[in-house]
Amino acid sequence: MTVKEMTDALNLRAFTAEEGMEKTIEGGYTSDLLSDVMGYADAGFVWVTLQTHKNIMAIASLKELAAVVLVKGLIPDQDTLTLARQEGIALLGTSEQAFEFSGRLYRMLHP
Amino acid sequence: MICVKADLHIHTFLSPCGDMGMTPLNIIQRAKKKGLGLIAVTDHNTTHQGPEVRRVGLREGICVLYGAEITTREEVHCLAYVETEEQREKLQEFLDTYLPRIPNEPEIFGYQFWVDENEQVLGEAPYLLISAIDRSIDQTAAFVRSIGGLFVPAHIERPRNSLLSQLGFVPAGLPADALELSRFSDPETFLQKNPYLDSYMIIQSSDAHYPDDIGAVHTAFRMQEAGFEGLKNAMKRSHE
Repeated sequence: MTVKEMTDALNLRAFTAEEGMEKTIEGGYTSDLLSDVMGYADAGFVWVTLQTHKNIMAIASLKELAAVVLVKGLIPDQDTLTLARQEGIALLGTSEQAFEFSGRLYRMLHP
Repeated sequence: MICVKADLHIHTFLSPCGDMGMTPLNIIQRAKKKGLGLIAVTDHNTTHQGPEVRRVGLREGICVLYGAEITTREEVHCLAYVETEEQREKLQEFLDTYLPRIPNEPEIFGYQFWVDENEQVLGEAPYLLISAIDRSIDQTAAFVRSIGGLFVPAHIERPRNSLLSQLGFVPAGLPADALELSRFSDPETFLQKNPYLDSYMIIQSSDAHYPDDIGAVHTAFRMQEAGFEGLKNAMKRSHE
């Protein structure tokens, strides 16, 4: 599944435009500790978080994540969005909280 | 110039996790015994115990800075230091505005009283002080700087509630006047592992919650006289 397909299927808001939409999703990781994500998320994962600080995009780039999804209707900081565009990684949003969104994503990835 | 021994991270009775023994008089006596010339009162998300500690400190020859250990929205603990009563009131107003209004439950979290020298209660913080305020680390740093305060992320290498645990690494351009390491680390070893931080001044303080912890580590600063100006200049000098 690509990031674009996930965005459409789960009705996500795309803060970035076309950046990173073609990437293939290998799995998901839900965490709000950036040090934890640095240590345990794998390449191609979608990262589900409520953190909006620009460091999330630096870590997404470092770990070669497929996309970042902000939960609970949170809006990224301006410099976070700038960095997402620069790094070519999709920055997405959902109004759902992490448990609900992660559940729906899991079901899609493991039908 | 004199060399001033400073412990700039001390909790009091007012922090829910602060020991009953962390009263103004005990804190000052212990600081004196440890040869400290400068301390900072840094309770979680409140500044109310500062004035009474300063009053006792003035009498006993210990300089006391006002401050707080602020929990930002990212749940990063950051120290703010200010000098005057006017600045302290501005900082308190900021904290009152952005601290969630969750009533404290003393049986679970501990009491949140501030007290005078004779341990008489002066006031009580009604809302849970260990919550995160509704401001990001960048917004918090900008506010502290805007009132002329100093901004220092606390115990940045710790696995909980630290800049590194919550945000992975120190973001470029963060307006920090220094970075604090906990008493459990050695600054030299830390900088060897994190050479990208060598432009920051690294300080160490005790993060004391018990009287015996005060001065467990300290940072020595060279200043004209013990006080906020001296500290500010010492932090500024380290960036030149």
